[in-house]
Amino acid sequence: MWKSISWRITLIAVLTAGSLIVLLPSLTDQLPAAWKDRMPKINLGLDLQGGVFLRLSVELDKAIENTILRYSDEARAVCREKGLPVLAYQKAGNDGFSLKFPPGDFAARAVALLKDEFPSLTVSLGEVKSDGATVTVSLKPQEIQAIRTNAVVQGVETIRNRIDQFGVREPQIIAEGEDRIVVQLPGVKDQQRAIELVGKTALLEFKLVDDGVSIEEALKGNVPEEDQVLYQKSVDPQTGRATKTPLVVKKRALLTGDTIKTAKVNFDSRQGGAHVSMSFDSRGAKVFDRVTAENVKRRLAIVLDDSIYSAPVIQERISGGEAQITGNFTPEEAADLAIVLRAGSLPAPVKVIQNVSIGPSLGLDSIQKGIRAAIIGALLVVIFMAVYYRFAGVVADFALVFNILFLLAGMAAFSATLTLPGIAGIILAIGMAVDSNVLIFERIREEIRAKKAVRAAIDAGYDKAFWTVVDSHVTTLITAVILFQFGTGPIKGFAVSLSMGVAINLFTALVCTKVVFDYLNAKKPMQALSI
Amino acid sequence: MMELVKNTKIDFMGLKKYAFAFSAALTILGLVGTVQVYRGKANLGIDLAGGTSMQLKFQKPVAMDEVRAILSKAGHAEATLQGVPGENILLIKLRAHGKAEEKMVAEPVINLLRQSLAGNPFVVESVSEIGPAIGHKLRQDAALALLVSALAIIVYLAWRFEFKFGVAAAIATFHDIFAMVGIFFLLGIEKDLLFITALLTIGGYSLTDTVVVFDRIRENIRLRKRATFSETINLSVNEVLSRTIVTSLTVFLATISLLLFGGIVLHNFALALAIGILIGTYSSIFVASPVIAMWRGEKMTEVKG
Repeated sequence: MWKSISWRITLIAVLTAGSLIVLLPSLTDQLPAAWKDRMPKINLGLDLQGGVFLRLSVELDKAIENTILRYSDEARAVCREKGLPVLAYQKAGNDGFSLKFPPGDFAARAVALLKDEFPSLTVSLGEVKSDGATVTVSLKPQEIQAIRTNAVVQGVETIRNRIDQFGVREPQIIAEGEDRIVVQLPGVKDQQRAIELVGKTALLEFKLVDDGVSIEEALKGNVPEEDQVLYQKSVDPQTGRATKTPLVVKKRALLTGDTIKTAKVNFDSRQGGAHVSMSFDSRGAKVFDRVTAENVKRRLAIVLDDSIYSAPVIQERISGGEAQITGNFTPEEAADLAIVLRAGSLPAPVKVIQNVSIGPSLGLDSIQKGIRAAIIGALLVVIFMAVYYRFAGVVADFALVFNILFLLAGMAAFSATLTLPGIAGIILAIGMAVDSNVLIFERIREEIRAKKAVRAAIDAGYDKAFWTVVDSHVTTLITAVILFQFGTGPIKGFAVSLSMGVAINLFTALVCTKVVFDYLNAKKPMQALSI
Repeated sequence: MMELVKNTKIDFMGLKKYAFAFSAALTILGLVGTVQVYRGKANLGIDLAGGTSMQLKFQKPVAMDEVRAILSKAGHAEATLQGVPGENILLIKLRAHGKAEEKMVAEPVINLLRQSLAGNPFVVESVSEIGPAIGHKLRQDAALALLVSALAIIVYLAWRFEFKFGVAAAIATFHDIFAMVGIFFLLGIEKDLLFITALLTIGGYSLTDTVVVFDRIRENIRLRKRATFSETINLSVNEVLSRTIVTSLTVFLATISLLLFGGIVLHNFALALAIGILIGTYSSIFVASPVIAMWRGEKMTEVKG
């Protein structure tokens, strides 16, 4: 008898010590680093520490469209270079286009040329008529698949890059399914800014302003095929009024942001504003040099995500490979712009389809209220048990303390995430935890009423209640596991704390309480039991 | 010995007519509520319906009518506003109402309020925007979770007891879930993901209660304490009544503490749990056992396990 008792007491003592070692680093910072840093910790969910959860939908069709547009530009340039005159260009669906050539062997030569130049395109000869022949071009299926995959993978990379530069501790950026990206930014304070930083496509393009077309005509819808109307937004620093100025620009970008090597914020001491200066890599510098040399005295629009930031007149050839974006930027706006230019553009636009932002103050408030509710709830249960079951109730309370301790230590050991519903799960687990002891104690009472000796009554109570306790725990566990499987973040937290609490309860309610009764009986057989 | 109930001999089976009538009414109400929930009607939380919700904390008390007027003018006449007494907190909900377009409106609305209520600055405590597609997916997941857990429970209880016990327990569990949906539907309280969580939790809890009663029925059949099945049920329920009440009380105490002190985020969740515990306790006495009695008849054949 004694052997089994001391064995169980040792087990409980070891578990308690282990639990304290694992748990304390999660509760306090006042510990030696050697201890603190080596232990896993309970993570706080976004709802408790504040932060941003974003689910983005990647517009894959747009990525495919962008790719085919780029190919069509290149294809036309290549044809022109080889002396194959393109009479007309037409988009065909989302992933193809067709080019029209004059009669003769132009079309056939174009097919051979394009096939050779662009292995990722399917090129074929289309209709041959008296006034010319068409060549149809489309993306190969495996190429489309590659673009789709790449859009998500590259998107995750780019967003991670931006977030790293923005400075967020432990961000989580993962692809979800075929076309989703989930971004979690715990602890972010400036939430709106973070969301914009993540969601911005940040496609930077340099486009020539077409001065040959009048704005009035263009706004009426008479835009030449190779042109488009874009708007320059500006805010009057005095009145704060925002104005939109339309400009007609060439559709074709002379240079894009992927050639940017670095970008940084500069403060203009004269005007007090901030601007972003960037330097190009060697290829970009070469192109920029040529473009500026060819277009002196013309206006070059700097376009980010289809809105014009500035459209300065090119005064002279710029050979240094440097350019500036000016605009009435606040320091934060300029800093964020520099970040997105450095990190690069997203391969496809993304749309925020879910945004949960929790301010840090609400998180703190939730923790405080949750902990207060947990403490009051636990106290109510503890007092009730002590009043109703007297000494036995106190024993159950003692087991409850172990239950809570082991549960928190278990959560720390698995680095589980504690959410506000998770705290609710702990409270509920506390309420349910005493159920096992209630079942056992009611059994013991029945046995005592049936005039059994105390010790026999206790043993019978534990014995007979055992399977009922197991059954009731398993059913709760089943629902908790299913909740975990189907739930989202906060609710997973609820499932975790509830299921762990219930599982641990099986041990504390059966072993921790029984050993007390056994110990007392072993010292001196009990004549009466206060229950 | 302190006892809340002592040697009761209540004829629970005799009350089953009333109980069935009551339960049938609750279940029908719940079915109506469930259909409405699935259709995206019935005051769904924005996490299930799609839309935008935000919690703003003002420095001074804020007039709801004023905010409502501002929002109406901006085309958000359907916004729901909810204040938290004594805390200058305002909850604004803008439901998507099944609009296909997934447009995020939090930022413009916040900017609008900042401008219009310049004299009363506020902090944005939380923003939650959910596109209709996600809301739809979460609704489906929730329905699937409920179904899968019902199946898992039937299988477990069929294994531990017998098939009829499993089905009866599942019926009792579904009764509870429908009853909660019905009551929340009737009260017009918002149903969100946490509510679904409460449903599953109460499902598990009520099942525990049911299993305790079933265990005792099985034992009393084996011991042949009574001549008929109905009498055995009555005896068993009476024998475990004290435990049923004590456990319900302790869980209820914990939940009430959550309801009173847990803060606004958990308020409806705690309320659902509290109501659910009452229903779960009722169903394990008045629904699960009578269902078996009706199905099994009065034979006193032993239950395996």
